[in-house]
Amino acid sequence: MPAADPASAALTIEVEHLVKTYGGVAAVNDVSFTVRRGEIVGLLGPNGAGKSTTMRILTGFLPATSGIVRICGIPVASRADEAKRHIGYMPENNPLPEDMRVNEYLYYRGRLKEISRERLHTRLDEVLELCDLKRIRHRIIGKLSKGMRQRVGIAEAILGEPDVIIMDEPTIGLDPHQILIVRDLIGGLRGRMSVIISSHILPEIEATCDRVLIINGGRFVAQGTPAELRRAVLGRTHYELELGGDLAALPAVLAEVHATLALQAATGPDETGFHAVTLTTSCDDELGERLLQALLARSYRVRAINRAHPTLEDVFLAATKRSWDIVDAPAKPKAGRPALKNG
Amino acid sequence: MRHFFTILGHEIRMLLVNPSTYIAAVLFLAIMGLIFTGLLEAYSQEAQEASPAYDFFRLFWLPVFIMVPLMTMKSVSEERRLGTLETLLTTPVSTTEVVLGKYGAVYFLYLLFWGSTGGLFYILHRFATDARLLDPGTLIGGYLYIAVSGLFYVAIGVFASALARNQAVAAVLALAMLFALIFGVRLALDVQLLQLETFRTVHAVLDYAQVFQHLNDFSRGIIDTRHLFFYFTGTTLTLILTILGVEARQLHH
Repeated sequence: MPAADPASAALTIEVEHLVKTYGGVAAVNDVSFTVRRGEIVGLLGPNGAGKSTTMRILTGFLPATSGIVRICGIPVASRADEAKRHIGYMPENNPLPEDMRVNEYLYYRGRLKEISRERLHTRLDEVLELCDLKRIRHRIIGKLSKGMRQRVGIAEAILGEPDVIIMDEPTIGLDPHQILIVRDLIGGLRGRMSVIISSHILPEIEATCDRVLIINGGRFVAQGTPAELRRAVLGRTHYELELGGDLAALPAVLAEVHATLALQAATGPDETGFHAVTLTTSCDDELGERLLQALLARSYRVRAINRAHPTLEDVFLAATKRSWDIVDAPAKPKAGRPALKNG
Repeated sequence: MRHFFTILGHEIRMLLVNPSTYIAAVLFLAIMGLIFTGLLEAYSQEAQEASPAYDFFRLFWLPVFIMVPLMTMKSVSEERRLGTLETLLTTPVSTTEVVLGKYGAVYFLYLLFWGSTGGLFYILHRFATDARLLDPGTLIGGYLYIAVSGLFYVAIGVFASALARNQAVAAVLALAMLFALIFGVRLALDVQLLQLETFRTVHAVLDYAQVFQHLNDFSRGIIDTRHLFFYFTGTTLTLILTILGVEARQLHH
């Protein structure tokens, strides 16, 4: 294994200005990012956004039109064979040979990944144990359920103890219980291997990933931790209340609590005289208690108060929607939103 | 080439657990058995000019047309259809190793099938009283021809499989290419146009590529290096095209 130079030792994936065009249409358009050792990164985007293409280029399966990809410091384009030794890859839909047994398949793959025979036997046991495949190791892959096949795919990807694991939609088509198992499996890799997974299932990414890259139309439209993205893309926190009393006096009360707190929407009173009210603020601090006290002091009746956490879904929708508007805009980073990449 | 044997071993194993291999084997042995019985019957009725082995090998194309497409149709197209070609090529193996491994496995099986026809000659040797029925020269030459020409025929099958995503299409394509090579050349030589002086070179080239002429020479014990050269270059060229085909297909994925 070649020693990577110390400066980039912590970086397992480096991508610089990656472009891939198919017959003049850009599937991936000037994408740059890095992944540190031990990090789990989620690649998020709608269908056709360029997730799979990016991943295929990372594995060296597809050549890029231009740009540089380095895996553990090794350029994929010129030294593909070396780079492939650092990668475990599970493609979309997890293709597996139908007529092999689980342990036969893993043994064959282990040999192709250049694991020595002696090492492979112990490693196989470890991986089968880790992926809970021990009971089905002699079953034929074609007869396994989807969840089991998925675990076989993950077992295959981690078999060679690679530095980088790339999984394209690892939880697609699984039931919630199986998703949980797969998510735990991926979570178990944190700290040891760099994992990059793609998905359009948002809770999935939110639960597993340290960092999220949102890709749309071949460009990154946002990147950062889920919390950062919420702030950067939405920039606001919402409070939902069920409130009884005079709404006309409400804005004054809100201004007392925090300058940016404002009434966003309110419904008419129901038969018990309560309104469903949505408030919005750009303040990150918890305002709930102060808000409650202020309202009660003005003898409002409060039945419910809730600080709404924007989900990654909101972020995703906002980011991908916005990217359509900015796709032709000149590349200029927006002030005050450093985590955002503007087209 | 460190992965060649891993892939070769794996491919042979996969062929041996594949029902279509056994269908091919049964068909092959049934056809060869029938041909052989027919030949012996003809020999028992009246004296013939050539030895039974000579007539037997003249019908080599029949099993080639059936077996080669059946055994090779799956090799690349199935992997591509399932998507396992992608996982295979993202391990540190080269396309060359993959293609050669698959090719080697089918060729091994091809030799194994033909080797089993040795049993027919053994039976003849055990029970025939007339030693002239078994001409060792023809026998060795015939099997040598099968081994050498098989290199090319199997390569054509693998090439067809690399071009098509669908197994059936691969099989038909292989059949068409084999037919063109084995009979097409002969038929083309009969075209009047080629008799013209202008096409003398073309005629000469086609004449050189006549597989039945090659077989004749081999059966008579003539090992012409030109014939060997024809099959070896044909094989190499086809395999190179296969490797390029797999790689090109990968680019336009």
